[in-house]
Amino acid sequence: MSALWPTAIDWRAPRTWVALGTLALLLVLPLLAEFVSGDGADFWVKFATRVMIYALAAIGLNLILGFGGLVSFGHAMYVMLGSYAVAIPTEHGITSGWLHLVIALAAAFVLALVVGAISLRTTGIAFIMITLAFAQMLFFAAVSLKQYGGDDGLTVAARSDFGVISIAGHIGLYYVALTVVLLALYLSWRAVLSPFGLVLRASKANARRTLALGHPVFRFQLAAYVASALLCAVAGVLLANLTQFASPAYGAWTLSGELIVVVILGGLGTVFGPLIGAILLLALEEALPTLVEALLPAYKANWMLLLGLFIFLIALTLERGVYGSLPERARGRQQP
Amino acid sequence: MTTSALETVRLVKRFGGVTATDQVSLTVAPGELHALIGPNGAGKSTLIGQLAGELSPDAGDIRLFGQSVIGRPVHERARLGLGRTYQITQLAREFTALDNVLLGVNARRGGNTRFWGPARQDLESVARARAALDQVGLGERAEAQVAALAHGEQRQLEIAMALATEPRLLLLDEPLAGMSQGEAQAMVTLLRGLKKHYTMLLVEHDMDAVFTLADRVSVLVYGRIIATGTVAEIRANADVRAAYLGEETAA
Amino acid sequence: MTTQLALSQLLNGLQLGVLLFLMAAGLTLVFGIMSFVNLAHGSLYMLGAYFGAATFANTDSFLLALLAAVAGAAAVGLVLDRFALTRLYERDHLDQVLATFGLILFFNEVIRIIWGPGSIFMQVPEALSATVELFGFAYPAYRFAIIVAGLAVALGLYLLIQKTRIGMLIRAGATNPHMVASLGVDIKGLNTLVFALGAGLAGLAGVMAGPIISVQPGMGEPVLILTLVVIIIGGLGSIRGAFYGALIVGVVDTLGRAFMPTVMRALFERNTADAAGPALASMLIYLLMAVVLALRPQGLFPAGSGATR
Ligand SMILES: Nc1ncnc2c1ncn2[C@@H]1O[C@H](COP(=O)(O)OP(=O)(O)OP(=O)(O)O)[C@@H](O)[C@H]1O
Ligand SMILES: [Mg+2]
Repeated sequence: MSALWPTAIDWRAPRTWVALGTLALLLVLPLLAEFVSGDGADFWVKFATRVMIYALAAIGLNLILGFGGLVSFGHAMYVMLGSYAVAIPTEHGITSGWLHLVIALAAAFVLALVVGAISLRTTGIAFIMITLAFAQMLFFAAVSLKQYGGDDGLTVAARSDFGVISIAGHIGLYYVALTVVLLALYLSWRAVLSPFGLVLRASKANARRTLALGHPVFRFQLAAYVASALLCAVAGVLLANLTQFASPAYGAWTLSGELIVVVILGGLGTVFGPLIGAILLLALEEALPTLVEALLPAYKANWMLLLGLFIFLIALTLERGVYGSLPERARGRQQP
Repeated sequence: MTTSALETVRLVKRFGGVTATDQVSLTVAPGELHALIGPNGAGKSTLIGQLAGELSPDAGDIRLFGQSVIGRPVHERARLGLGRTYQITQLAREFTALDNVLLGVNARRGGNTRFWGPARQDLESVARARAALDQVGLGERAEAQVAALAHGEQRQLEIAMALATEPRLLLLDEPLAGMSQGEAQAMVTLLRGLKKHYTMLLVEHDMDAVFTLADRVSVLVYGRIIATGTVAEIRANADVRAAYLGEETAA
Repeated sequence: MTTQLALSQLLNGLQLGVLLFLMAAGLTLVFGIMSFVNLAHGSLYMLGAYFGAATFANTDSFLLALLAAVAGAAAVGLVLDRFALTRLYERDHLDQVLATFGLILFFNEVIRIIWGPGSIFMQVPEALSATVELFGFAYPAYRFAIIVAGLAVALGLYLLIQKTRIGMLIRAGATNPHMVASLGVDIKGLNTLVFALGAGLAGLAGVMAGPIISVQPGMGEPVLILTLVVIIIGGLGSIRGAFYGALIVGVVDTLGRAFMPTVMRALFERNTADAAGPALASMLIYLLMAVVLALRPQGLFPAGSGATR
């Protein structure tokens, strides 16, 4: 058996092809969409951007969930926070994207530090419930922001202004989102293999022993928690720009649940898994309504029933996720 | 007189009605291999747990190298030079043997907040981890995953991890537990070698091992220390024979 | 702000509290004995409300409605336990959370398919539609009945758990499941029983809430989250903790929503108060939870500390 985290990439392994193939497709996606569906291309580019945003948030969540073994059921709150970091300043005439980004990161940093420090005092099931409860608290806080639309949310008049990097067009935004995802993938890959990542993964594998060796596990978990929140906040900034909207709904607990599904579906604790998971889940959410409409038109609105069953089944059966099940070494090759 | 490596003062720990540690005062001198023996359920692991900081005593004091550590968390005690192994193997099972030991090396060397360069590229740390594996005879198995190691190998890895933290005091909780004859023999040889360099508190049921290795022995029965002395003294002690050794031979 | 208003809000808080207790009792017992997290517990509450509302509309008998809700929810709980969830008990919490999250989506759609996406109406039973005189003011009889019924159920649960053999096993199971299993007790049967009991209580909470809230798909989620807060504050697995936690959360939440804006207005200028008042009121119980956790990570009445009563 090979190690879960190879330092050297095996260029002939199925995982490597899938990862590289996916990246290649993503790089040319707007061209492909133009070629295949012409006028309908916008739809696909926007869809792909949404996939990138989910992937980014899930890459963040994976840091704490996949590598740290801590089930946060509240990460959507950081996405929501990021979206308001665009919407509220824009409402006041502040359009600089860099400023939006700084606000989002600063706010998420502070919130994650506080929520993380309290939640990490507990473990296991209590941690799940507490993160869920905190996310709910922020959700209600957003609902009660009547001056910023409350329940109805807040529209964003124009996309953030990032100077030379224009995201005014859908394709521009897509490539920015893709670039951020690639950066996040690279960053989490490096971090996971680093001494920091070693301690973090060890705290998942055996927290008791890691502590007994002399590692202050709590601090590592908190750092990972904050880092994961920051990535989710960036996802929120992108989301607000994609939809030109910010809303408490972005912090709904169902979204936190979906992010967990994305991570599991792709493969818990694999670096690339969240991207694959995001593609699969959003594709499914796109396909299911169409499928149900074709087969049982009367029940088109109830396609979520199938999604619910699907999630139930993957929890029951999918141990390592789709990407995680792919061999990471070519057949017959040993770990170097 | 030099300060002792470890000293407990009238330590008490209760679990509901059970007093698992009952007024235990124990001293381990620097350089000594002190064995702690006692029947099942005597409170040996409970005592180790309190020394390491995983359990907090209800009363009494624990001094590590002359310094009271009551209330100090587990990882800080480890930093003070306390290394331990577990009766029930505690390893990162998805990791390779080398990564497990590397974790120990890094705990001592620091630099764990670095999140960029791969841990495996820190050649100095990796070399030390390999040395610790060699020391316990696991050098060949460095890249094997823990789950693929035999039970005896996992016990060796337990020790390698503790050694990797360069402890000044080693607490070993039944290192021979569940080992075959041959494995046990090798472990005793290993412990004899370690004895030259480390101060140790050794919990063990295997009397032959204890009597060949120990400088001094303490006997724990129902949470109380009923005798402490050299191997010869303990062998000769009537109370010990009655309370413990008699049981052993009868069993 | 009259004392009467304050008193009636306090009663409203109690009323929410006892409903939350009915929810929390089942969730915390199931967690205590099986170490299982059932996010779909809120769905059982929703099912109870729908079963009850439908029965009431068709038979005009509130008693039958209560029966249908409790029995229906317990039956669904039984089926869930036996056929869907058994394989999850041994799995880690992540899988449990994910699977029951899927079940929530599933049940919400089932309800939409059967009863439509809108809310359905459930009347207050005739006999309880008036008000009762309490300490010199009128309080809705139905709400008062909820409080009485809830406290009665709490007392019944207390007797069941303290005085019967089953209760003894449940208590033992919550502190040491392996010990109970090793005593030769049919632990699977005990699990099923506890699960169905918890489901029935959730159904009861649902039907009792039916006439005073809107019965609609997704109605279980907000209650579920309040329930989670309750059992965190009370201490996971502890029935006593669930009881006090529920009353605390019910009262604090209700009083906060009723009076926080007024209090804020007295302290701050109007604009600030109007902006922050409602926000703070809705965040109050979460802040309370944070404080409790910061001081006592195990909750107020942790299980296994002799407090599982
Ligand atoms: N967490 C706990 N809760 C309650 N009782 C405990 C706990 N841990 C240990 N005990 C009890 O304390 C006593 C001492 O247990 P301990 O494990 O320390 O014994 P030991 O000497 O290490 O035994 P062994 O030789 O079998 O390893 C036993 O009676 C045990 O049942
Ligand atoms: Mg022991």
